[in-house]
Amino acid sequence: MAQVVIRSLNKRFDEVHAVKDVNLEIRDKEFMVFVGPSGCGKTTTLRMIAGLESITSGQILIGDRVVNDLPPMDRDIAMVFQNYALYPHMSVYDNMAFGLKMRKFDREEIRRRVQEAADILGIRDYLHRKPRQLSGGQRQRVALGRAIVRHPQVFLFDEPLSNLDAKLRVQMRVELKKLHERLGTTAVYVTHDQVEAMTLGDRVVVMRDGVVQQVGEPLELYNNPVNRFVAGFLGSPAMNFAPVRVVAANGGGLRIENDGLRLLVPPDQAGRVGRYAGRELTFGIRPEDLRIATDSDPPDLTFEAIVEVVERLGSETLLDIRVGSSAMVAAVEPSAPARVRDRLRLAVNPERMHFFDPETERTV
Amino acid sequence: MSVTTAALRTPEAASRSRVKGLLEDERWLAAALLFPTMLLLGLFIAYPFVKGVMLSLTSARVGEPGDWVGLANFAKIWDDPIFRRAVWNTFWYTGVTTVFKLALGLWLAVLLNRHFRGKAFVRAFILLPFIIPTVLSTFAWKWMFDPTFSVLNWTFYKLGLITGRINWLGDPDLAMVSVMVVNIWRGVPFYAISLLAGLQTISPELHEAAAIDGARPWQRFWHVTWPLLLPVTMVVVLFSVIQTFADFQLVYVLTGGGPANATHLFATYAYQIAIGTGLLSEGAAISLAMFPVLFLVVVVQLLYIRRVETR
Repeated sequence: MAQVVIRSLNKRFDEVHAVKDVNLEIRDKEFMVFVGPSGCGKTTTLRMIAGLESITSGQILIGDRVVNDLPPMDRDIAMVFQNYALYPHMSVYDNMAFGLKMRKFDREEIRRRVQEAADILGIRDYLHRKPRQLSGGQRQRVALGRAIVRHPQVFLFDEPLSNLDAKLRVQMRVELKKLHERLGTTAVYVTHDQVEAMTLGDRVVVMRDGVVQQVGEPLELYNNPVNRFVAGFLGSPAMNFAPVRVVAANGGGLRIENDGLRLLVPPDQAGRVGRYAGRELTFGIRPEDLRIATDSDPPDLTFEAIVEVVERLGSETLLDIRVGSSAMVAAVEPSAPARVRDRLRLAVNPERMHFFDPETERTV
Repeated sequence: MSVTTAALRTPEAASRSRVKGLLEDERWLAAALLFPTMLLLGLFIAYPFVKGVMLSLTSARVGEPGDWVGLANFAKIWDDPIFRRAVWNTFWYTGVTTVFKLALGLWLAVLLNRHFRGKAFVRAFILLPFIIPTVLSTFAWKWMFDPTFSVLNWTFYKLGLITGRINWLGDPDLAMVSVMVVNIWRGVPFYAISLLAGLQTISPELHEAAAIDGARPWQRFWHVTWPLLLPVTMVVVLFSVIQTFADFQLVYVLTGGGPANATHLFATYAYQIAIGTGLLSEGAAISLAMFPVLFLVVVVQLLYIRRVETR
């Protein structure tokens, strides 16, 4: 068990500055998820923690030790790779035992630990098989088993579920979560899948272009994103954005408007938005914070939209709508009586309106 | 309509459609497609082989068909000390050079598998000994081994390593060593490039996983790289052993089998007896003596490869 501390971490590959000045504390027993699009530096950061990639500048501490110059084997970590990286010529047992053999554990202890891990993961019946005789999900378990038997201080996961089919991925996600609760080992998990990030992470790090955008608990990131990128990256379907202009409302207060929207800014947000009076702003609203308006909705919190596509998912209905010149998505109740080309009035949830500076993209 | 069709059906067209009909039948089609290959194999492999076997059982010489003598030629070479020497030389030559070629080739392959500047250029460069026609490069080596003009002697002399001239190809033991050196020089690129191709099929993630698992570089090679490379290695060794065992050009150009038959191999001795002396039947017998050995090598290695692959 150990915390992982990252201080001013940088990585350069020739001309590419892949990781820029990352500072982070991963607490003991925490499940920390790095998420971001391809090339955002999340995997490079993980590989630097593992010792598979050299550090250009900065420090990494595991426990209380600076590990910058330690080879991977001396860092007391275990890693699960995207393609499992099982040794194809060894049986499942030998794959799991390899790390212990290299560390000169005695036979009996190796057998005990492998059996124990095999029981936890339900792969006891496959111990004598070769990796290629296993399904993707079973291989994934073996890869997990190989990490577990070592009882390391930190688990590192590099997109471990991305090669599984959708159904299995959901199942393994749940098992990973259970496993972490059972073992309590500090885990660093890299993924590009925001659903995995939200469901697995105690905390989530969102990265983009080598820079940490925001660190926090999943719902904190979801509800209070610090910038437009985090807002758009977390959540599916993604948050809607529309350029608007901030103007003074007739009865006092502020309004945002463009060629399709005319909405009152909630009083508690008016202070911050007020600084943009007469200027452009990016308005953001999540699909689930839109609903079909009723007569009791105040007109300055509703707008008219034209339905372009209706996707009925059963649990909800997604409407692809056009609002003036902006395209948006609204997640409405499953039975909503909407058809293509309908004109609808939609209401926004005033407590869940987001505003971003159009230049810096930061939350206002 | 039917009248015009019938009228148009010339004898030529009719036979064409009959051939077409035959080719619709898979048995005929298969035979037709196999025929060119069978013809080539028969003409250039089976016929010479059978002819060689027939020759070895006669007393044929150049310009003289000879009579049936049974296994007399084989009995004769069995008692021939030069033949025995050639057999021993061939095994020794093949064994030593194969070990060195494998070791050096593997070492080079592992080095070339790393990332460095000018990687593609070096990889292409490594192939040079393999690409240059053997006879040409061997002539160059012959100059380097020349007792008077040897650049090797000059270098060693200037470095103060030797005081007199070394007669590389004139001393029986040194001649064998020299021939082996050239064979190794020529053969390493084939090993290096083939094994490099094999190495590149091994995912780097496996080495990373092993590194995290606590394996040191040498252990990673022994526990991960080597077992995964083994099938490729076996195929490369198989080809190389067959080629080396039947090697001719190197020895023929460098020493012609001398000095005092010290470097004769199966192939050069067979050539000398059959073409040089004109004893076609005895030369054929010497050549054929190679066959059981090569056959055994092929069978053993193919069985081994199959075992590795199905494991």
